[in-house]
Parts: sequence; C-alpha cells; structure tokens
Amino acid sequence: MSDFSLPADTAGRREKLSVLFTEAVPHNHALGLRLEEVGATDATVVMPYADVLVGNPETGVVAGGAVTTLIDAASGTAVMAALGAFAAIVTLDLRIDYLRPARPGLPLTAHAECYKVTRLVAFVRAQVHQGDPAMPVASSQGTFMRVED
Amino acid sequence: MSTPSLPLADLVRQVRQSREYPRLTDAIPYTRFMGIGVENLAGEMLCRMRYAPHLIGNSLLPALHGGTLGALLESSAIFELLLKTDTERVPKVISTTVDFLRSGKAQDTFARAFITRQGRRVANVRVEAWQDDRTRPIASSHALFLLSEP
Repeated sequence: MSDFSLPADTAGRREKLSVLFTEAVPHNHALGLRLEEVGATDATVVMPYADVLVGNPETGVVAGGAVTTLIDAASGTAVMAALGAFAAIVTLDLRIDYLRPARPGLPLTAHAECYKVTRLVAFVRAQVHQGDPAMPVASSQGTFMRVED
Repeated sequence: MSTPSLPLADLVRQVRQSREYPRLTDAIPYTRFMGIGVENLAGEMLCRMRYAPHLIGNSLLPALHGGTLGALLESSAIFELLLKTDTERVPKVISTTVDFLRSGKAQDTFARAFITRQGRRVANVRVEAWQDDRTRPIASSHALFLLSEP
C-alpha cells in the first residue's frame, strides 16, 4: 500500500502525481496538460493554447469541453493530494460557471482545492485563469467518489 | 489550422438546409479533434463521439476521460442550438452541470440534446449521453447558453 501513498513534500508529490499527465492518462496527455504544483489539498494544472482546442474558429476561443477536461483533471489531482494517496476516484458531478471569455493564444491555468473529504466523497472547488488569478475565466464545484481499487 | 471558406453564420445556414453536417463539425477544430459529429438516425439528430485511444482517461479499465463526456454533451447542446434555432453565432456557454452516471467504455458514445426553454437571450439545454443502451445513460448535463445578442 505504501507504494500508493504520496510524500509530504510538495516536490515529491508533484513528481509522483505527474504520471497522471503522461501517456498513462492519454487524454490529459493529448491536451498537453501539465502539473505545475501540488500542495497538501490543492493542485495547479496548465493547458497550453493549441489550435485543436478552438471551439469557435472565428474568434479562436478555446472550446468549453477542453476547459471541462482541464478542470476535471486538476480537481481529481487535488482530491488525491488531500487523500495523500494515488486513490481510485471517479467524478460524480461537475458544475462550471464561465465568467469571462478566454483570450485566444494564452494558456489556461486551473487551481483546484479539495476542501472537504469524507470516507467516500470529496468536494472540490476550482478556478481557471490566464495569468491573473483575480480575473478568473471559469469557476467550478465538483464532487468525487472513492471506488474500490 | 484550415480556415473555413465561409463565415460560420453562412455555413450554419447552408447546413441547416442541406444537412451536410460534417461541413460544420469539421469547421470547428475541437470537434474535429475529438471525433464529434452530427448524424441523423431514424429522423432524430444525434451527436456521436467516435472512439479513439486519445480519449481514454483510465487506461486500466479502460474508461473514457470524464472531460471527453463533458465535451460531447456541450458540443451536442451547441449543435442543437445552431441547427434547430435561428441563432447567428456559436452560442456562448454560461454554466453547465454534468452528472457522471456510469464509466464510459472504449467505444462510440452518442448524445441527444433537448432545448427545454429558448428565450431571446438565454437557452436552457438538457443533454444525455449513452453507449450500448439508451435507457442506461453514462452522463447527463443541463446547461445555459447566451444566444446572439441583439
């Protein structure tokens, strides 16, 4: 079991959880997601701008679906940080509010905080910004459930 | 990235008439990347996300990434609004809530959107996604969209 537990230091946690952003999780990898930071209960994930992510060819704005994947990935990583382990988890629900249009050409950064964990369920808030956390593009609220390994 | 030869509003108007859906879904880079298309099946307009290995989120099960299901549900709502209403631009999502009901297997996924209310500025859309059995949906959502501003 100790193989699945995460070290206490942030660099060690980041190194271990970074596997979730390699070919081990193909769709995270396909979107070019990168794990920037992991704290005790939070995670920061970056999605670089790419032409294939564009949902509106006339404006170059990234599709909401790609933002959903970014938020889901960051939120799930925050849950594992809070649990201190590579736990098997599934997303139960995710609500996203789109607060302002994303600017084309810039990466999107999601910061997710797992603020409550019960025996089975974890609750996560996340915000997405493009460089200034005070100007969020999207905010979300999600719940995750632990499942049998 | 190839640019559409027509302004999107003109392309949408043409596709509403001709039902040549790939002309629209291929003009949007993200839906092309995700393999999401619009199809008419038994007189009903559905979206299909074709299975591809890059859509996987859990390689062990294997299961589709939850984000891909969110993408299918949202795309389905947008195409329903573009093709079944007279909105001139790609509707902007205001908020969306996705319930993940069952894990998505490594196969094609279908979605059907229902416009529950269409106002002048805001539309409410409900979407369900399924794989083998439509009575056992794998994800559902409801979302609010801002339509073309006057």
